[in-house]
Amino acid sequence: MKKLGIMPRTYLAAVFVILYAPIFYLIYYSFNSGGGMSHFESFTLEHYQAVFQDTRLLIIVLNTVIIALLSALLSTTIGVIGALAIYFMKNKSARQTVLSLNNILIVSPDVIIGASFLILFTLIGVKLGFASVLISHIAFSIPIVVIMVLPKLLEMSTTLIDAALDLGASRKDVLTRVILPYIKPGIFAGFFLALTYSLDDFAVTFFVTGNGFSTLSVEIYSMARTGITLTINALSGLIFLITMVLVLGYYIIGNKAKSPQGVKK
Amino acid sequence: MRGLISSAFVIILVSGLLLFTNYQLEHKTGRVGKDTITVYNWGEYIDPDLLKQFEEEEGIKVIYETFDSNEGMMGKIEQGGTAYDVTVPSEYAVQMMEEKDLLLPLDFSKIPNVTHIDPYFMNLPFDPDNKYSIPYFWGTVGIAYNASLLEGQTFESWESLWDASLRQKLILVDSAREVIGVSLNSLGYSLNSTSLQELKEATDKLETMGPNVKAVIGDEVTQLMINNEASVALTWSGQAADMISENDDINYIVPEEGSNLWFDNIVIPRTSTNVEGAYKFINFMLDPKVAAQNAEYVGYSTPNTAALPFMDEEITEDERFYPDEKARENFEVYENLGLETLGVYNELFLKFKMGLR
Amino acid sequence: MRSKNPLRFIYATPYAAWLLLFVLAPIAVIVYYSFFDLSGHLTLANYRNFFTSIYFKLTLSSFWYAFLITFFALLISYPTAYFLTKTKHKQLWLLLIIIPSWINLLLKTYAFIGLMGIYGPINGFLEAVGIGNQQILFTDFSFVFVSVYIFIPFMILPIFNSLDKINPTLLDASKDLGANAWVTFKRVIWPMTTDGVKSGIQVVFIPALSLFMVTRLIAGNKVMTLGTAIEQQFLVTQNWGMGSTIAVFLIIFMFLIMILTSGKKGGIIK
Repeated sequence: MKKLGIMPRTYLAAVFVILYAPIFYLIYYSFNSGGGMSHFESFTLEHYQAVFQDTRLLIIVLNTVIIALLSALLSTTIGVIGALAIYFMKNKSARQTVLSLNNILIVSPDVIIGASFLILFTLIGVKLGFASVLISHIAFSIPIVVIMVLPKLLEMSTTLIDAALDLGASRKDVLTRVILPYIKPGIFAGFFLALTYSLDDFAVTFFVTGNGFSTLSVEIYSMARTGITLTINALSGLIFLITMVLVLGYYIIGNKAKSPQGVKK
Repeated sequence: MRGLISSAFVIILVSGLLLFTNYQLEHKTGRVGKDTITVYNWGEYIDPDLLKQFEEEEGIKVIYETFDSNEGMMGKIEQGGTAYDVTVPSEYAVQMMEEKDLLLPLDFSKIPNVTHIDPYFMNLPFDPDNKYSIPYFWGTVGIAYNASLLEGQTFESWESLWDASLRQKLILVDSAREVIGVSLNSLGYSLNSTSLQELKEATDKLETMGPNVKAVIGDEVTQLMINNEASVALTWSGQAADMISENDDINYIVPEEGSNLWFDNIVIPRTSTNVEGAYKFINFMLDPKVAAQNAEYVGYSTPNTAALPFMDEEITEDERFYPDEKARENFEVYENLGLETLGVYNELFLKFKMGLR
Repeated sequence: MRSKNPLRFIYATPYAAWLLLFVLAPIAVIVYYSFFDLSGHLTLANYRNFFTSIYFKLTLSSFWYAFLITFFALLISYPTAYFLTKTKHKQLWLLLIIIPSWINLLLKTYAFIGLMGIYGPINGFLEAVGIGNQQILFTDFSFVFVSVYIFIPFMILPIFNSLDKINPTLLDASKDLGANAWVTFKRVIWPMTTDGVKSGIQVVFIPALSLFMVTRLIAGNKVMTLGTAIEQQFLVTQNWGMGSTIAVFLIIFMFLIMILTSGKKGGIIK
């Protein structure tokens, strides 16, 4: 693989600068002793102290992360199964229909998803709280996993499976030894997008959560009326830092272990 | 395959660990068990120190949760599955909640401090005899402006918002009744008008304001005004107070034609599981000293007359936020116009926004 | 084909259950609501209302902005994804593209309000290079810019995945056969990545139709989308019937887009 020229490098650099600009802007003002996100007065760490003193906020952060991880994991599992089911469907128009149905949750505005899930939960009698939020997050993340996994399945040539079967591989072997390794990048892509969806969601969570349970986005949105405090900036800074350390650490360890895949997509 | 399984395993392990930490934290803060009440309020709409004080005095833990719109809050309570003990709807929402039978009637014998509320703010049309609600904060709708960014314009009249010198300067609030209300007020019609003729006239007039409108936004306006990014805004008095406390150049005025008088009110929803605790909390919040401290923290106007002497005179004598009775004559409280008419207002407002460039 | 299916039917039940409970049931609820007016009478008025000028205009402008957003997102994402596949630590770089989207969207939007403000760094830069102070916030530009920002990772990911699988020997072969870079791109790379591009378009265009929040915070409500209208109907006007009707149309549009972006070969996601 040849090295990147100067133009592509500049281009990528520009993309990264824009992607990270708002985040660094948030972090920059988290050190501001003044009240808001303008007019930097002087350097302070008081907002970071405030984060650690606020147990309620910490509980909410933990809730958010737990929900994100578990919902991404479960939705990836179900989504992969769904993608396989769609892949193996014989009837083309049925396939197309299922796929379209699959995408409905991606296009539906959050308010509708939230409102209809709320109706659903009250009908079934699920208690609003951790469980209802987790179930909803799993539900709205499944389609994105399917969308990420399916193209990988489609590009896999069917002769691969035929060959494996001809060689006497059992169905289980075909799945675990042939198909899953092949679509792995798609699975990881789906997982990370599911994580993203979960962390970003406000409207659905707001509808389906009960008292005693809240996530960070819900908290931030309800602060909007009176202004968001810099404590939240500090918190985001910390989350960003931890994420970066984890990702880089994982990548370095993964590379040292000579994993052929490196970091997973 | 092994990669996939081990990744999944790590995720489960991490989540388990986090769940455990969370459990520990919740126990440490005593959020679990004990005598608790759940207060459902707007974000940052109470002094957190007062919550601690209440917990110490009464031995009741307070779980404080927040919402960002009356409609969202009502939806949660209506669907059930929640156990909020106290919440704070705006006046029209009180009426809607009452119609849907979501509120418990109040027993005043358990709220002796209710006598501190100014009689002017009691027995209002949205809740006759205060059967279900007690006012928590109140205010007006008016114009916040930054004189240092303007060329000497004044805003004694709503008409001034149509002035050509404000081209692309005006920020409106994203709420149909307030914006159409400007037009209604300037034409001398009632803010509770249900006449299609009047509404048509009002929105036709409103459309001519289009070129002046810079944006139609929500609470973000506070920051924009404080940072000198915007010079004129239609806003609620409470928000204006926030702006003024951060930026000395900003002023707030209620134009002479009249304005809306709004209230946020304490109520006990039917979902309450600790009604006694809710009464104790309400009575506590109405204590003059507590109400004074709360009003100074939040910055909105308190209806608690007994609290006023405990507050800074500079605040309580400010006519902009505590207008005298004469000024109040032109104020109108919103009535619940019914969903049908509300729909008409919103459709007209949508049309107005679509015409903006 | 079924004989090849290593997955017995029973394994698909979680997915089928999900389809039933969280897709079909909500759709049924929405379609049901769309036939009721505010006072609970069965009616077609909501549908009639949708075809009045105002919602028709709204739909058109919604499509126009969604088109712009998708177009620019693709324009920026394709080269990004392409160059990323050429980097040494490509998986790491790809992760670094996704990470910004884990920071709360509302917070980032607030940051954009600051960045694009009259006294913000962007205007500071424009002033310094002599262009002078511009009103950036509350314009079409700011709206499209921030929306593209939000959607870029969702566009890059599928394109990256499809580019990544191209066998480099194929490109060498093309070169050996005398094709220049452009021809190689047009004849070899692009056809092999159309699937990725199509799923990218799907995950951007469709949600772009229902964007909200950004329309208010960044465009100052001067841009309206179908999502904003539904939001209003559900939360402000509390007219669930009309809100559901708009949602029904949104779902129909989605089906149409899915059909349009589905290629002839294979006939699946493409």
